[in-house]
Amino acid sequence: MWIAIGSLTVMGIVLGGLLGAAARFLAVEENPLEEELKAMLPGSQCGQCGYVGCAQAAAALAKGEAPVTLCPPGGKAVIEALAKKLGVTADLSEHEEKVPEYAFIKEDLCIGCTRCIRECSTDAILGANKLMHTIIIDACHGCGKCVIVCPTDAIVMVPVKVTLGNWHWPKPEVRHIHPNPDVVHAH
Amino acid sequence: MTIATASGPFTHTSNSVQKTMFTVLLALAPATVFNLYLFGWPAIMLFTITVGSCVAVEAACLALADRPVVPTLGDCSAILTGWLLAMSLPPWAPWWIGLLGAIFAIALAKHAFGGIGQNVFNPAMVGRTVMLVSFPVLMTAWVMPHPLFSAGAPSLFDALAITFGGHVPDTVSAASALGHIKTELSRGIPVSQSMAQVPSLMDMMLGYRAGSLGETSAILVLAGGLFLMAKRIISWHIPVSVMGGLFLMAAIFHAVDPDRFASGTFHLVSGATFLGAFFIATDYVTSPVSKKGQLIFGLGCGVLIWLIRTFAGYPEGVAFAVLLMNGLAPIIDQYTRPRAFGRDSKGEPLPLGKKP
Amino acid sequence: MKLYPVRGGIHPEYRKEQTSEKAIVVLPMPAALYIPLQQHIGAPAEVLVTRGELVKKGQMIARSQGAVSAPQHAPTSGRIVSVTEVPAPHPSGLPQTTIILEPDGKDEWADLPEPIADPFAAQPQLIHERVAQAGIVGMGGAAFPSAVKLNLGTQKKLDTLLLNGAECEPYLTCDDRVMREFAGEIIDGARIMAHALGTSRVVIGIEQNKPQAIEIMTKAASAFSGVEVIGIPVQYPMGSERHLVQAITGIETPARKLTADLGIVVHNVATARAVHHAIRFGRPLVSRVVTVSGGAIREPNNVLTPIGTRIADLVEFCGGFAARPESIVNGGPMMGQPLASMDAPVVKGTSGILALTAEEINDRPASACIRCGSCVTICPCGLSPVEMSSFIRKDNLEGAAKLGVMDCFSCGSCSYVCPSHIPLVHYFNYAKGMLRDMENEKRKNERVKTLAEVRVIRIEKATEAKRAALAARKQTPSNAEEKTNA
Repeated sequence: MWIAIGSLTVMGIVLGGLLGAAARFLAVEENPLEEELKAMLPGSQCGQCGYVGCAQAAAALAKGEAPVTLCPPGGKAVIEALAKKLGVTADLSEHEEKVPEYAFIKEDLCIGCTRCIRECSTDAILGANKLMHTIIIDACHGCGKCVIVCPTDAIVMVPVKVTLGNWHWPKPEVRHIHPNPDVVHAH
Repeated sequence: MTIATASGPFTHTSNSVQKTMFTVLLALAPATVFNLYLFGWPAIMLFTITVGSCVAVEAACLALADRPVVPTLGDCSAILTGWLLAMSLPPWAPWWIGLLGAIFAIALAKHAFGGIGQNVFNPAMVGRTVMLVSFPVLMTAWVMPHPLFSAGAPSLFDALAITFGGHVPDTVSAASALGHIKTELSRGIPVSQSMAQVPSLMDMMLGYRAGSLGETSAILVLAGGLFLMAKRIISWHIPVSVMGGLFLMAAIFHAVDPDRFASGTFHLVSGATFLGAFFIATDYVTSPVSKKGQLIFGLGCGVLIWLIRTFAGYPEGVAFAVLLMNGLAPIIDQYTRPRAFGRDSKGEPLPLGKKP
Repeated sequence: MKLYPVRGGIHPEYRKEQTSEKAIVVLPMPAALYIPLQQHIGAPAEVLVTRGELVKKGQMIARSQGAVSAPQHAPTSGRIVSVTEVPAPHPSGLPQTTIILEPDGKDEWADLPEPIADPFAAQPQLIHERVAQAGIVGMGGAAFPSAVKLNLGTQKKLDTLLLNGAECEPYLTCDDRVMREFAGEIIDGARIMAHALGTSRVVIGIEQNKPQAIEIMTKAASAFSGVEVIGIPVQYPMGSERHLVQAITGIETPARKLTADLGIVVHNVATARAVHHAIRFGRPLVSRVVTVSGGAIREPNNVLTPIGTRIADLVEFCGGFAARPESIVNGGPMMGQPLASMDAPVVKGTSGILALTAEEINDRPASACIRCGSCVTICPCGLSPVEMSSFIRKDNLEGAAKLGVMDCFSCGSCSYVCPSHIPLVHYFNYAKGMLRDMENEKRKNERVKTLAEVRVIRIEKATEAKRAALAARKQTPSNAEEKTNA
């Protein structure tokens, strides 16, 4: 019996020591989490999350003060990336996938005040003082900040059109003869 | 017409789940009918009770889960489970063995996991195993065949007493070949001697021996299995690898020590080998989907059957072996995914100009 | 010639007998033609005509735009009624810009480019130009601009032109009929293409369920060395470029590579015939043979149809509906797309119009997967549809992508064999669309991010400059003060 007790004790001490040593010498530097999270966010500083910019939002996320669903322009893709990084499960049931939008300037209402140009964080608006402004759709990510500042309500948000080029099949609506509970849930 | 709601294809196979299950039942029918004839009225009653209970339990589970009952019952899967369960029970077992087995098979093994397609373990084998472990004496009380209308066969009235009254005449009980060898071995009698007392291999093939419905008449079960292969319901991979694994292990050890180990051929034709290889291990839901995975799965079953028969406490190991491998099927699947076209087994694009 | 096995695949009921013995008939000119600007993969063509303009047959009415594009030509002489939005032959039924032409009934040809007398002496460049000008696109259904594919010889070392006459889709017989009736034209076109590509060898692969086509094509090819006709096994999807190449060479085209990287370029047989017309007669692609078939069509047929014919007109020519069609399909039943509207026109890639009854489609409500593994066994791409679809059902698109859903080319074999009738391909089409959307969104986000960063830097610089200017100005007035003081 003494042999058994002795050998187990020795094994315990040796293994414990090894683990301790490993924890000390193989320690991983703390994740530069904030930076990584910031890299995942759109980075357009639109402020729709309620924070001043993406860096502040990333800081809040890292501290666990903000939900992963905070970023409207990022859409589902960003939510999923953030959730994965933070190791949380994103509650997508609450999240209504916003149809991507872009800003559109009604030409007859625009007075050329350039306020929207100054507001736009991605330089997506072209134009000069007293001249009509237009929006570069490719650079606009639909934050809607310009809509707020426009004095003549000349800017509206319009959904990105479904075309033959970007249409794709929707998720199949399966008519199950014996629906699995999870399938019902998924719809 | 406005927007098309479903993408193609616009032609489909005439196959369906119901058809598949029905074909399996058809393949089982000859062996079943012959065996019901061999074991007479008690067997017929037990069979009816078991299948009926499975359908009833399935209906109850579906109703409980608020799913459509009639269309789902139509897929025949509960009948098949009941049928296989009945075939694995001693033919003169009392009625409640069939009912309890059905409850464990359908309610626990199938519906607790989410119903058809979701279960990890073969429901019929779960039912049988639970019964075997809980009521080992009843579940190994084999009788010699007493063909219907033959002298000494129980009448309908006797059968009621056997099935519902639990009156099995002591004189008729017998050991199955596997059980006999195991018992003799434990008494120190070598396999080479005890083999002389078991039915000839020919008799075993034909089915004139003690055993469950599915164990006797190996030849009809084999015929049913070949029919399933011809119908392309099952492929050769699982049956061949199950039998191959079992035969190989048995043959090798038999060659080493014939006194201790029974021969490969004996293992093949005894017990539920054929039923297990063709009808139980091949269960779609609980076996791997890829051919490579099926080979590994079958081989594992074969080796385990031999190990259990030879070294474990129970004489027969098909049910245990299949259940153990069922548990491994998801992992086997994960590691035996086929190689994608134009990619190597790791999923990287193939190098140019090389034949895979 | 030795053939190599191809993994997976299915043997659906072919049902080609409805039209395989029907000789090609010419569709009488419809009252109006609807010519979409985009009938091909790539950039849409640019309109060259205006409302009311009179055009001749073969006149270019929209020119190609960009490197991958194709022009459109007037399929007959007549007047341009308008350029407007018309439903596309597409499952979404979304509109696309379309030129509407009212035929004048004269069918007068425009002045066509001079035929090339001896194409085999001509520079390959000249042939590319002619094929590009003629608006020829892949006529097997993919509609990729053929001239771009004929140009591959300048970038890659090619040795074989493989002509695809597999026609592995059930019902379709248009390639079969074209091969039987115009074998000489196909072989001539193929030889011209081989010359343009710089390949010495032409192999024509035809599925063995078309014995007459094989016989006639073999006879027509026998006059030329280096042209070989091969009967290939009947196995769907043998007509897939990569699988056809594997059957003939035994080589799998690596993922993300082209068959051209193996030295093989694949073109459809009808495309070869169009090339023959373009080079020998200067005629652009203005019509094509379309198989109109299916149980709901009264008189199934192979019809030579002007591009732009409304599908409704074509169906009417074939006797209209004999039964209620469950689906109208553009192409074959396996990979074809359901049509949202009968007002959509026939385009260059339309190989068939099928009106299928519910019995023919034989689709049923899906039941739970029983893990039978048929889909894994038959997947010609070596994927695991059962696993991918369960990931997609749970919206785990990333998981599906890891299992290779983007490698799936939607051949439909898995949906075909599934005993539970689970719409597997539909799941994959959905996932592929979503994954592409997500990829695009990611790219856009990155672009937006760069723009935002550039702006921040610019603003910082501007404020810096302003501050510097302010500081400078502060200094200047003090100097001036000093001066006045002095």
